[in-house]
Amino acid sequence: MTKSELIEALAKAEGITLKAAETAVNVAFQSMEQALIKSDRLEIRGFGSFKVKNYDGYRGRNPKTGDIIEVNSKKLPFFKVGKELKERVNALLSDEEEKA
Amino acid sequence: MTVTKAHIVENLFAKNIFTKTESAQIIETLFEIVKDSLEQGDDVLLSGFGKFSVKEKNQRRGRNPQTGDPILLAPRKVVTFKCSGVLRERINRGK
Repeated sequence: MTKSELIEALAKAEGITLKAAETAVNVAFQSMEQALIKSDRLEIRGFGSFKVKNYDGYRGRNPKTGDIIEVNSKKLPFFKVGKELKERVNALLSDEEEKA
Repeated sequence: MTVTKAHIVENLFAKNIFTKTESAQIIETLFEIVKDSLEQGDDVLLSGFGKFSVKEKNQRRGRNPQTGDPILLAPRKVVTFKCSGVLRERINRGK
């Protein structure tokens, strides 16, 4: 599913125009981006939470040439799946287990 | 500070298109659609933000870290998130 498919699905489900649905999708993800850019924690109940982790720089090597390179410290967002979504993606599997 | 769904609803309401109730309903439906897609095993690709995908994990032998007892972990699916390059740069620049 792409962003435009999400916009279409939202417009259809809510009976709103594509333009309004696009605004909603953009506001949602821009709000999430802003939180991560400020390194704030972000939690969407039932979906998951995001936390920006700091990684220290280190001295690495180019595996091809063996040259020493400095890897700078960096920040990366880390996603932890929420309980509801975690259970839902596995729902089909556990149904099969129960039948077996 | 922790940003939550309530903040997103507030930001949508501020666009003056929907009432507060409608805004809350729309944001709820939006995440419901994303969850539905992942539940069906269909990845969700949001350009500029990142990609949510469902990965299948094989059955494997593990250990109870407390007792050291060997246990068999059932095959399962996990949701992973890969941040887009654009967003990663913005996070590192802080703006």
